[in-house]
Amino acid sequence: MSVPHTLLGLLEREPSHGYELKRDYDAFFGRGRQLPFGQVYATLGRLARDGKVVAGEAEPGAGPDRKRYVITETGVTEVETWLTEPAEPEPHLQTVLFSKVVLALMLDRPASSYLDEQRAVHLRRMRELTDLKRGGDLVDVFLADYGLFHLDADLRWMDMTAARLDALAAAVRR
Amino acid sequence: MATGGAGCLIEAVNLVKSFGSTPALRGASVAVNRGEVLAVMGPSGSGKSTLLHCLAGILRPDTGEVWFGDRRVDTMGEAERSALRRDCFGFVFQFGQLVPELTAQENVALPLLLGGVRRAEALSRARQWFGRLGLEGLERQRSGEMSGGQAQRVALARGLIAEPEVLFADEPTGSLDSLASEQVMNLLTSAARDQGTSVILVTHEAPVAAYADRDVVVRDGKVASLAAERAAT
Repeated sequence: MSVPHTLLGLLEREPSHGYELKRDYDAFFGRGRQLPFGQVYATLGRLARDGKVVAGEAEPGAGPDRKRYVITETGVTEVETWLTEPAEPEPHLQTVLFSKVVLALMLDRPASSYLDEQRAVHLRRMRELTDLKRGGDLVDVFLADYGLFHLDADLRWMDMTAARLDALAAAVRR
Repeated sequence: MATGGAGCLIEAVNLVKSFGSTPALRGASVAVNRGEVLAVMGPSGSGKSTLLHCLAGILRPDTGEVWFGDRRVDTMGEAERSALRRDCFGFVFQFGQLVPELTAQENVALPLLLGGVRRAEALSRARQWFGRLGLEGLERQRSGEMSGGQAQRVALARGLIAEPEVLFADEPTGSLDSLASEQVMNLLTSAARDQGTSVILVTHEAPVAAYADRDVVVRDGKVASLAAERAAT
């Protein structure tokens, strides 16, 4: 799970205060694992240092969290690059894929294309593992099968998600 | 006209096909190279089987072109397409579709018999496939007396015995468990590669598609193009 990219994506949707980012992160991406406030502000600080977000002036009011953060062009490019770059296929990467799909839908980006690109990368890895099975010994076969079944599970999830994108889009868009 | 490169053996160009008012293909294009194993994937109802049937000359597209080498398939008459299927193509379907009245050996020999090969020679050539596919002793069995995996290997031998230029396989492992499926795919791809036969493999199962050299996805009657492929052209 890439917290910086996810926060950037949320900021591309709309300028937000830190507490709003935490609230939306927890609601959409933090199921069972909420993002600590400290990590939100540390991440925003690094993003500001790298020119990907800018912080507005502190707004009057009670409490420490009165700055609104705005994404920069550099930040938008970063989100775009991250979304279009297929993740390295490995077991248990579903949370990254899930975040990409949800953010893409929130931002009205082509989630279906991202899923197609990811499918292609997964299938490429499955071909490599199938070749390993063909030329390898029994241990290689069992090892390759482990990877193949996990990748197949990811692909089934991608196919189901692709078939339900419209419903998911309606659920995550405001 | 055909747009595939020098190695292209069979190609669909912008195929459109409807069944009544229901569109199945909406401008599908794909090219398969000589000796290549291509997996055609896609959800149910996406048009992948219709694409395969158009490429094989079983169906005629409403518009678009199908080329096999320098021969245009979609404008051929039924007799010419039938001869093309018999002489140049092989087929394997999901449920084997063996002729129940014939023995396994006669089923395998069938494409040769239909092509005019003498019965003794056809049966002799068919017998050789039983050892290759691990089916020794089943030559006299009928389809109802074999397991699904055995029947599918017999169907595979029937699809490849005439050394077709293209083997069309529509969900060839769809009715099999993982192990039998793996066995059939290993045999299918190794036999096809030995003979230099191109394979067009329709499947919705990724582990099956992983035996192919390449895969395409059919969605809503079109072949989806990926950014990586677009960048390469």
